[in-house]
Amino acid sequence: MDHPVQTDFLRWIVLFPLLGAAVNGLLGARIQENWGKRAVAFIACAPVTLSFLFSLWAFGRLLGLPAKERFLIDAFYTWIPMGSFSVDVAFWVDPLSAIMILVVSGIGGLIHFYSIGYMHEDRSLWRYFAYLNLFTFSMLLLVTGDNLLLMFVGWEGVGLCSWALIGFWYNDHTNTRAGNKAFIVNRIGDFGFVLGIFLLYWTLAGQGQGTLAFREIQEHVGLLAGMQLWGIGVATLVTFLLFIGATGKSAQIPLYVWLPDAMQGPTPVSALIHAATMVTAGVYMIARLNDLFSAAPATLGLIAVIGAATALFAATIAVTQNDIKRVLAYSTISQLGYMFLAMGVGAYTAGVFHLLTHAFFKACLFLGSGSIIHAMQGEQDMRRMGGLRTAMPATFWTFTIGVLAIAGTPFLAGFFSKDAILWQAWASHNEVLWGVAVFVAGLTAFYMFRQFFMVFFGECRADHHVRDHLHESPKIMTYPLWILAAGSVVVGYIGLPPFMGANLLDGWLDPVIHLPHGEHHSVAEEVGVMSVSIAAAAGGVSIAYFLYFLRTPSRDDSPEAKGVAYRVLYNKYYVDEVYQFVFVGGTLLLARIGAAFDRYIIDTIVDGSAKLTTIISWFNGLFDNYVVDMLVNAVANVTFAVGNNFRRVQTGNINSYLYVVVGAVVVALIVKLRYWS
Amino acid sequence: MTEHVLSYMVFFPLAGMLIVLCLPSDRHDLIRWVSAAATVPPLLLGIWLYANFDTTTTGMQFVERAAWIPAFNIEYYVGVDGLSVSMVLLTALLSFLCIFASWNIDKGVKGYFALFLLLDTGMTGVFVALDFVLFYVFWEVMLLPMYFLIGIWGGPRKEYAAIKFFLYTLLGSVLMLVAILALYFYSEPNTFDMTKLMDRSSLFSTEPLGMWPFNVWGWGFQHVVWMALFIGFAIKIPAFPFHTWLPDAHVEAPTAISVILAGILLKMGTYGILRINYPMLPEATADLAFWFLAALGAWNIIYGGLCAMAQTDMKKLVAYSSVSHMGYVMLGMAAFNTQGINGAVLQMFNHGTITAMLFLLVGVIYDRAHHRDIDGFGGLASIMPVYAGFTALAFFASMGLPGLSGFVSEVLVLLGAWPKYHALTIVAALGIVITAGYMLWMMQRVYLGPPNEKYRSLPEINGREIFTLFPLGVIVVIVGVYPRVVLDLLQASLNNINQMVIAHLS
Repeated sequence: MDHPVQTDFLRWIVLFPLLGAAVNGLLGARIQENWGKRAVAFIACAPVTLSFLFSLWAFGRLLGLPAKERFLIDAFYTWIPMGSFSVDVAFWVDPLSAIMILVVSGIGGLIHFYSIGYMHEDRSLWRYFAYLNLFTFSMLLLVTGDNLLLMFVGWEGVGLCSWALIGFWYNDHTNTRAGNKAFIVNRIGDFGFVLGIFLLYWTLAGQGQGTLAFREIQEHVGLLAGMQLWGIGVATLVTFLLFIGATGKSAQIPLYVWLPDAMQGPTPVSALIHAATMVTAGVYMIARLNDLFSAAPATLGLIAVIGAATALFAATIAVTQNDIKRVLAYSTISQLGYMFLAMGVGAYTAGVFHLLTHAFFKACLFLGSGSIIHAMQGEQDMRRMGGLRTAMPATFWTFTIGVLAIAGTPFLAGFFSKDAILWQAWASHNEVLWGVAVFVAGLTAFYMFRQFFMVFFGECRADHHVRDHLHESPKIMTYPLWILAAGSVVVGYIGLPPFMGANLLDGWLDPVIHLPHGEHHSVAEEVGVMSVSIAAAAGGVSIAYFLYFLRTPSRDDSPEAKGVAYRVLYNKYYVDEVYQFVFVGGTLLLARIGAAFDRYIIDTIVDGSAKLTTIISWFNGLFDNYVVDMLVNAVANVTFAVGNNFRRVQTGNINSYLYVVVGAVVVALIVKLRYWS
Repeated sequence: MTEHVLSYMVFFPLAGMLIVLCLPSDRHDLIRWVSAAATVPPLLLGIWLYANFDTTTTGMQFVERAAWIPAFNIEYYVGVDGLSVSMVLLTALLSFLCIFASWNIDKGVKGYFALFLLLDTGMTGVFVALDFVLFYVFWEVMLLPMYFLIGIWGGPRKEYAAIKFFLYTLLGSVLMLVAILALYFYSEPNTFDMTKLMDRSSLFSTEPLGMWPFNVWGWGFQHVVWMALFIGFAIKIPAFPFHTWLPDAHVEAPTAISVILAGILLKMGTYGILRINYPMLPEATADLAFWFLAALGAWNIIYGGLCAMAQTDMKKLVAYSSVSHMGYVMLGMAAFNTQGINGAVLQMFNHGTITAMLFLLVGVIYDRAHHRDIDGFGGLASIMPVYAGFTALAFFASMGLPGLSGFVSEVLVLLGAWPKYHALTIVAALGIVITAGYMLWMMQRVYLGPPNEKYRSLPEINGREIFTLFPLGVIVVIVGVYPRVVLDLLQASLNNINQMVIAHLS
């Protein structure tokens, strides 16, 4: 760890997509006009492909190094040098970020290609691809940034792109509102995140080790031991603040509300940003700083509880939704909850494992739903679908694999990763959380199969003109589906449970993620725990089978006609309404009070003092007119009168003048002698 | 030429003004081009200055001095250090761009451009003057044209706005004049030389005065003078509660004058505090700025942001956003550490460029639609995509998006403030949420959504307007990605100023 290998190619992994974004963003409109959409698509897809190839190169370099020395760094330049505070633009690839860059550029690349088909009719394709490339750049920056501040640049950058892509079709205010909601809710999280950065930096600086570089933070975590602020351990406080950021970005309670609305964006965006990559940033951040989080057991406990609660909460909402993408959105929130549960119980590798498998099967599901929406001419209501398996075989089969994987079907990717989390929850003696997680596994199987049956089985309930034009999507869209489906099958085998073979992922991440030594458990216990979750999943599938396969859902099935519980779930527990009233309403109220204070209090005083001045000067004026002027006039009058009288003195007679002069001199002399001597 | 570079920068616009005054008043284009030509040499000299500035020294550079009124020891004395050079550069750039932003002024063209050039001289002079009398003269030279530019070329309530602006700033000027004279008479030997007054040898008394209420507060001579100067500067910043002239002045002023107001004039407040209060009255600064200035800064951030959210006029919203963003400057300079003070001055520079963009952008739409009602538009992005692109850049820069300039300065300010003021930093950091709120909300209402049929045929932003926005956009990106282009200028001088105060912090 002390001697990371210096390289100078990592920067290109990050910069290629930025170049693509710059070209398409600045010149894309002209390129599209002159050379067509293919040119625009090429400019966008080529850099991501290059990033992927460079990521493979980095991965290969890591493989070639001894396990304990798998660290690459590319120090680009010093960004903010400010006294003891110095932040570099440097890129860092270790086993953890290597996985992430492969996922981001790999799955990201597939989604770029898929988008060529999905978005081919859009007039501003160049803008779409510029955003998508900018997103890829930001996400790669987030995962490769060698320090917290650089990670934060990527962190906010992906937020920006998320905003731009959710509101991509900005002529509809529903979309722009969803974008703003995402950005602002994320900003609330970022508020915590930056404070966490400050507290961490200054605490370390107080110990003479001020730094934000990840490897140095990990090295100096020990310095935080015993440090307190406001009676709370600094490590606890820092991790808590950073976790606030994670709840925003990764859509956990209480900041999850933006993610379902984010489905307003184009579906490939939902797959890339709101399922596979960006929303996992919080999980990645915790894994990146696992030593720091391990030093804060209180925060970890909170994370575990929030994770489990979010998993349950979102899953219960998912069971009643009728919008194909909303089901997947709540499912994503729920699955992210699993990842945080893993983090919270200290099973960082299990969390990263689930992040990885989830990226495959959820991207597969989202792109599959995109393929369906594409075929249904924009229809997203599952009550109007049904029977699509014959019309869209490729979509059907890949979606099937995705559903099986997420539902926890044994030997598919989701099974292994979810089981790893459940097992860790159990093994760390969090039986309640484990129970919740098992229940959620059942719910997951239920709502996914509910969706599966509603979409692909039964009669097609779509309108005639939609039904007549049903078609399978073009190859540029189905090939990525197959690749992701294949991934959803095989990726699980890198993280086998101990009794089934070697866990490659644990070994790979070992240099970065330091796990506490667990106690020994019997194979029988592991198998037993695993069986419970399989049973839960099977139960969920069965209920879905009875409710949605044997009974055909109605086209006009109204949630409002159902029971109270159903309505509460369908309306997402009315959380949005409460937030709207309390937080948005409260802020606007404060804003109005502030503006009114300016207008009615401060300005009244200002104008009042101006008015007072005018009144005073009016009185001054009166005084001038009547008192001063009167005096002046009086003086003038007196002078005049005196002059008039004295005029008679001016006789022109020299003698009389001389008498006066002499007389005056005599008087003056007398006065002088009499009084001044 | 190089030994008089600052004088040339100051007086070229004045020479331009004299030429403009000699031109026939109906030759509008000639007047415009002559004015533009008069602002080019300062800009080029500014670039030369930037290239030749020694970033390692704390002293004044490019100094010129000559006796002016020897009887009172008053000199023509100019020079720049890291603090002023960034502001001089900003002034040269914005003045140049604002000539082009004023191109469609067609009422009293001659008077407008003559006053504008006089204003340019006054502003540059304030930032380079090192003699108090000279400083004060330039300060007043700048105020008068501003009053007329708002009062004659302004909007419907221009008289009210101009008088409000004038009265507020007059109050500030008077307090400043009194303080300057007090410093003169209490310095030994009597001097207006600002560098000498910064020198530790002429230490002003902090002994509590006997007079009520200063005896209760324990204020000495330094504290009283400090407060007089501070109120003068706080009006300019504008710090709560002296800020209400700003929204009115902005709303009524023509676009270019709003740009100058927000981009440069506001900076004079914080510049004055750093140039005068900090080094000349360090003990009082340590006593009074600590907490007080930081709390005022945090309050400005939140209060300005909330007020901005409630506005329905685009210009008023941007004006209140200035109140909010200048709060970061106060908070940063009250942190008394490297990060805080450098972040504060970087924020001054960044706010100058970003808010200039914002006002120019509002001006573009006002020229076309003749109103600025936020709810009166909608979907402009579909009608004017290039314009919307520039707007997005400026809005996100204002929101402090990483990669753009505002982020670096805001992060430095908050980072610097944290170790001294935990609670205030937390409050101030809420500003990042509030800013995102009002900026995105305005973005949504004006630029996004279905295009407003009424404005279907609005012409796209034109070449002249792009010419005024493009350089600022480039600076915003460059400073965000590589902030050292500005930070390196500042550090030596600011750390020096900071050191003077730190020694007296209890």
